[in-house]
Amino acid sequence: MAKRIEVSGLHAYYGGVHAIADISMTIEPRSVTAFIGPSGCGKSTFLRTLNRMHEVIPGARVEGKVMLDDEDLYGPGVDPVAVRRVVGMVFQRPNPFPTMSIYDNVAAGLKLNGVRRKSRLDDIVEESLKGANLWNEVKDRLNKPGAGLSGGQQQRLCIARAIAVQPQVLLMDEPCSALDPISTLAVEDLIAKLKSQYTIVIVTHNMQQAARVSDRTAFFNIAGIGKPGKLVEIGDTSKIFTKPEQKATEEYITGRFG
Amino acid sequence: MTTDTGVKSAAAVQSPVRGAAMSTGRAGDKIFVSAARGSGILVLAIMAAIAVFLIWRAIPALQKNEANFLTSEQWDPNGTPARFGIAQLAFGTVVSSLLALLMATPVAIGIALFISYYAPRSVAGPLGYLVDLLAAVPSIVYGLWGLLVLAPHMEGVSSFLNSALGWIPLFGGDNPGKNSIFTASVVLAIMILPIISSISREVFLQVPRAHVEAALALGATRWEMIRLAVLPYGRSGMIGASMLGLGRAMGETIAVAMVLTFVPGINWHILEDGGTTFAANIANSFAEATETGRGALIASGLVLFVITLIVNMAARAVVARRKEFV
Amino acid sequence: MTTLTKPTDDLPPAARGSLGSVSAARKLKDRLVQILVYIAFALAVVPLVSVLWTVLTNGLGRLDATFLQFSMNGVGGRDEGGGAYHAILGTLEQVAITSVIAVPIAVLTAVYLVEYGGNGRLARAVSFFVDVMTGIPSIVAGLFVLALWLLTFGFTYSGFAGSLALTILMIPTVVRATEEMLKLVPNDLREASYALGVPRWRTVCFVVLPTALTGIITGVMLAVARVMGETAPLLLTIFFTKAINANPFEGPQAALPTFIWEQAGDPNQASIDRAWTGALVLILLIMLFNLGARLVARFFRPVSR
Repeated sequence: MAKRIEVSGLHAYYGGVHAIADISMTIEPRSVTAFIGPSGCGKSTFLRTLNRMHEVIPGARVEGKVMLDDEDLYGPGVDPVAVRRVVGMVFQRPNPFPTMSIYDNVAAGLKLNGVRRKSRLDDIVEESLKGANLWNEVKDRLNKPGAGLSGGQQQRLCIARAIAVQPQVLLMDEPCSALDPISTLAVEDLIAKLKSQYTIVIVTHNMQQAARVSDRTAFFNIAGIGKPGKLVEIGDTSKIFTKPEQKATEEYITGRFG
Repeated sequence: MTTDTGVKSAAAVQSPVRGAAMSTGRAGDKIFVSAARGSGILVLAIMAAIAVFLIWRAIPALQKNEANFLTSEQWDPNGTPARFGIAQLAFGTVVSSLLALLMATPVAIGIALFISYYAPRSVAGPLGYLVDLLAAVPSIVYGLWGLLVLAPHMEGVSSFLNSALGWIPLFGGDNPGKNSIFTASVVLAIMILPIISSISREVFLQVPRAHVEAALALGATRWEMIRLAVLPYGRSGMIGASMLGLGRAMGETIAVAMVLTFVPGINWHILEDGGTTFAANIANSFAEATETGRGALIASGLVLFVITLIVNMAARAVVARRKEFV
Repeated sequence: MTTLTKPTDDLPPAARGSLGSVSAARKLKDRLVQILVYIAFALAVVPLVSVLWTVLTNGLGRLDATFLQFSMNGVGGRDEGGGAYHAILGTLEQVAITSVIAVPIAVLTAVYLVEYGGNGRLARAVSFFVDVMTGIPSIVAGLFVLALWLLTFGFTYSGFAGSLALTILMIPTVVRATEEMLKLVPNDLREASYALGVPRWRTVCFVVLPTALTGIITGVMLAVARVMGETAPLLLTIFFTKAINANPFEGPQAALPTFIWEQAGDPNQASIDRAWTGALVLILLIMLFNLGARLVARFFRPVSR
């Protein structure tokens, strides 16, 4: 479980628009890395290149290398479907499948991967829901639709769904931005717990959140409108928030812009 | 109507008293609202009138009928005594439409999936337009084509089906032909393809991106994504679409009338020549019909009207339920 | 590369050392569905191409001056020559009358539904029955006019009776198209007009409708193209004639669809040829209206969109 990600010279485009330019960084396993930066700086786009979800958008493409331990996600012959199974993702808005029960939502990825035996499914579903700190709240209504849960519960359901297939990496795209403070706290606790097993990357708008949950922080910025987003610096969270090397980082952290 | 109220108010606006101008505005409003509401009511009135006049004109013929209108397979309203029943018409209509639906639905959904999820984006629009062109071809042209181009080809297909699947009663019989219910249902299937596929396409377009991405991020292949996110979401829409297609097929007249060769009586062997439908029978027998004959045709048309009304209402209800659900 | 293509269908995928690849069975299924979906599309294109191709090749033979300038008066089924002038004239007249009746009713109905009806019971009933009306079999529309106009009121077969039947088929299409267009008109525009003290009906007539006009014209032209090809209701209302009848209000009239029906019913090759040419002319007319609708939509787009 949990692999190191090494990105080098990565560019991403939407049609003719250069969205992010020349990003290189290392993401350590069994830790939480937070991406921060002003809106439109390309942090979400970058996140989506890490499990090849970027190319799902028509006209979008990626250049560069993303090594997961010793394999290039963009290497020849690599199936993006296989990549996404190994690198799970949680989205900004909770998106459980509306027609499925809580149980089926968690089991969806497993069934795709050929797990058919009921007892095995039951075990993994329970394990995943426990892993997502949701088991106690839903164990009596596993067959109810997932859409009936509260927003925070839905988001934890989505996390359970993502970890049920036991990925190496978990990407989270502003997972708390649609949640109330109490639900946010629950998800943050969960992230702290999950990092012992997974490589976690989280995009957040909320600097306090980045400071609370992450071990390392990367700051992204754009030089101006229409220019591609760039990585300004990455380092230990404590250092980024106290003694950043770049002036732009400091200005953003202290709230002078963004 | 609009112009003449427009003239009135223009005259009123010139009046020096401001209050008068305002009140004319209100009068104009009243007239315009009445015209608009009147048109809406007219639509309802037309629907009601269709039912009323068909019933009224059908009754005298039904009174002269000496056979059971619902169960008789005979159609001889011009004779004395008049004997006619809709059993054969209902049989032909239902069987040919259901067969057409069976053939068209999977293909139409396939087309909708192709255009929404498989075709390269730059050509998806034009390809969709191409399928819509199928709907622009008038039914008389499908009839002509079905009669002169398709039917000769269907002879071989029918004999093949007959020899391969003859043990199924529906495909049985001794004389597979080309002017059969089967051929008619192939033509109907082609004709209802565009309506089913265009409604399905619309439904697929509404599938939230979040669900599609959720499936893909789980490591689903394209087909698995469609199965997880698209089909469950679009299910009632697709059901509604195919029911609308069914209604269309049941009411289709000319193409069926041209393709089928009339042979009296219900024949379960759909590969053999013969069979007729409500609509085709009306088109084919109208020119020679006597007064009672016309009444009988109107009566059969009334039955067709009621059946398609039920199918269409049910289809709308299914589609509407989807809207509430989402 | 080796690890990437290694089949890893045993599960759970936990702690697997490599990216792995999707199991062969899943890949196969995905491919299979892709092939099926492509076949489905091909299945739709084959009849379309076949129809257009046969109509074109069979119809071109008789697409001559005689066909466009003469009627079938005095021409027997076996005779060469003859034309569809009477039918083309009839179709154009009938469709014109249909539009004159149907468009105002339909546009006003749409105005009622969008601007006035709100969510009231009448509006919902009208909206529902417009949907139901879309599904009325065309032959039933013909039967209705037969029962009302010919049998009850005692009028004779005429082009106008045909137009009445076509009106019933045209109204719902135009209502729906107009409704869509009116809904696209931004509410700001209405409010701006009200704010100037313009009465509501003037706002609708001089602000809302003009804004939606191109869309409505497009919808009307598509509806015209649609009813132009209707055959079944005409059989019961305009009946048949081989001669030119320029008066749509008196006596049987021809139309292109009924012309094709008549000629196709005759086993002689000369008649069959005329049927194909009739079909070609009909399709060309329909395409013309379709194309016109698209051109209007493209070139006269209101600035606000």
